[in-house]
Amino acid sequence: MSALVDDLIDGLALGSVYALVALGFVVIFKASGVINFAQGSLLLFGGYLTAVLHDDLGFAGALAVAVLATALLAGAVDRLLLRRGDPDPRMAHVQTIVTIGVDIVLLTDLSRRIGGDLLSLGDPWGDAVVTVGQVTVAESRIAAIVVSAVAIAAVFALFRWTPWGLSLRAAAEDTEAAALMGVRLGRVRMLAWCLAGALAALAAVFLAAFPAPGLERTTGQIALKAFPAAILGGMASPPGALAGSLLIGLTEALVAGHQSDLHVLGEGFGDVAPYAVMVLVLLVRPTGLFGAKGAARV
Amino acid sequence: MSDRRLVKPVAVAALAVLLCLPPFYLDAFWLRIGLFSLAAAIGATGLSLLSGTAGQLSLGHAFFLAVGAYGYTWLAGDPGPGLPTALAALLAVLLAGAAGGLFSPVAGRVRGIYLGVATLALVFLGHHLLLTADSVTGGFNGRSVPPLAVGGFAFTGDDPGLTVLGVPFGAEERLWYLALALFALTWFTARGLLRSRPGRALAALRDSETAAAVMGVDVARYRSAAFVVSSMYAGLAGVLLALAFRRVVPDYFSLALSVDYLAMIVIGGLGTVAGATAGAVFVTALPLLMTRYADRLPLVAAPGSGDAGIGPTEAARYLYGAVVVVILLYAPDGLHGLARRVRARMRRRRTPAGQNTAPAVPPAPAARPKEHTP
Repeated sequence: MSALVDDLIDGLALGSVYALVALGFVVIFKASGVINFAQGSLLLFGGYLTAVLHDDLGFAGALAVAVLATALLAGAVDRLLLRRGDPDPRMAHVQTIVTIGVDIVLLTDLSRRIGGDLLSLGDPWGDAVVTVGQVTVAESRIAAIVVSAVAIAAVFALFRWTPWGLSLRAAAEDTEAAALMGVRLGRVRMLAWCLAGALAALAAVFLAAFPAPGLERTTGQIALKAFPAAILGGMASPPGALAGSLLIGLTEALVAGHQSDLHVLGEGFGDVAPYAVMVLVLLVRPTGLFGAKGAARV
Repeated sequence: MSDRRLVKPVAVAALAVLLCLPPFYLDAFWLRIGLFSLAAAIGATGLSLLSGTAGQLSLGHAFFLAVGAYGYTWLAGDPGPGLPTALAALLAVLLAGAAGGLFSPVAGRVRGIYLGVATLALVFLGHHLLLTADSVTGGFNGRSVPPLAVGGFAFTGDDPGLTVLGVPFGAEERLWYLALALFALTWFTARGLLRSRPGRALAALRDSETAAAVMGVDVARYRSAAFVVSSMYAGLAGVLLALAFRRVVPDYFSLALSVDYLAMIVIGGLGTVAGATAGAVFVTALPLLMTRYADRLPLVAAPGSGDAGIGPTEAARYLYGAVVVVILLYAPDGLHGLARRVRARMRRRRTPAGQNTAPAVPPAPAARPKEHTP
């Protein structure tokens, strides 16, 4: 029984971290129609900054700088590289590939700096655990759930109640009409990219915290698992991304927890289980769980 | 006008002769680069048919390459049925097509960029399968690939020994001609397909799904068919790569490989066979050349020299990423579009201004059938 609760909490923590990354994908996709393949290396960038700066600035200071710097970097990628001239929505394809190029450059540089090291982020939780009844939970897991929940709630509030959120929703609904009504698409887009960068930097902290050994150069690859999460929910739907992330996190934790019963599927199936879930969902609902069917007018 | 009509066949023939020459003049290193490039060009052509023509984005190409490579290795090898190698190669291509067909319930209904991420699943699940099913795939260490033999003529160093015009024909030289033949086959079939009725149907599908459906194009069927055909080209490329590497390992067929293929077709220009080929040569040859000439490049440390500088592999990655970004910033329609614009400008310059411009000026890109835009 306690093993099941352990798995559930693990899954919830994992899912909420995925949700941070997946929300970043969704925000960018809504604002610009681009799938940001550089999200993984942005995450690594944030984590690396936190790791390097925490000795001098303390954990909170380092994290604040890292979040800000990653947000600026993401905004700069959008402003300087992606949004040149042609606002043709069909360019989204090409811009998606540009993010792959950005990812290659960033990732090469960061892995060269990190090398084979395991960097500590200096987070305050360490390997402390809390025991409630028979269940033992790492503090970092609880922190992941709480902080992610707060961050996600803040993002949803931004969507719902700020002028920027309104503009973003309007632009996602109908770009042309939004532009005609005076929405400054460029600014909306850049802020969306900044937000996604900030979320990625935040996620890096929890991906490198306790049960994980620290920040490695492969940490960014975990962002790829947020892809199935975002797609599962329907790429343009923030609540969908949240639901998808929790589903993916729980699946991964439960499969990893019941590894011995599932040995038919091979060792380490937990790592690829998210993708299997994604294929199954897409078979039934090709636009994702919360995706709109998309009627076309001719 | 008659000399105009002659130019093209003559150019094609000259190119064909030129491509037959390298084994007589270049050493194995260059031939290997050429081999990998030709194999990549075949695979990229397949992906180009899918992405550029049908408008579907696929990141699952590495999986189908793996199906081709491992399919051939297993079918022709031991453990495995040990079929004649030529038959095994053919079956491996069909197997890759079948794998694409199995994915068609998703590929037929999922659109554009969604499909790109859905196909990510294939790469990861496929990699897991390659590591797990070690009775077939040899697990982490992979398997060695049995050499291809057609009617007693083996594509290896010495069975039978062969010397042409004083040049001993080893594995690389023989495989070069095999790759060239397969590439020519790919080139002509793919171009034929693009210009045929199904090709036009796919282009219509890309430009407007609704309009195409109204015109009587069976959307799901054509999408799945494009996916199957693209998988078969990938399978063929996989077989060729396996023969060139002589050993297949799971880690080669990773997401990075899929991304490379996507980069190839975008760098080259979506939806054209020539563009896919140019992109494939560029992406394949760049890191190999950088590694070879690392010591002569500024800012790059030679491999194993222990300097703190940037190693050649890293330098190649930097350059590769930067080139992807720069090409797409300044020529979003890729190398093919760039070449077309340069050609158009040169032609304009040759005709004196004001006279006889009407037939010489190429039709504006917008007025053409949309063959080149994504």
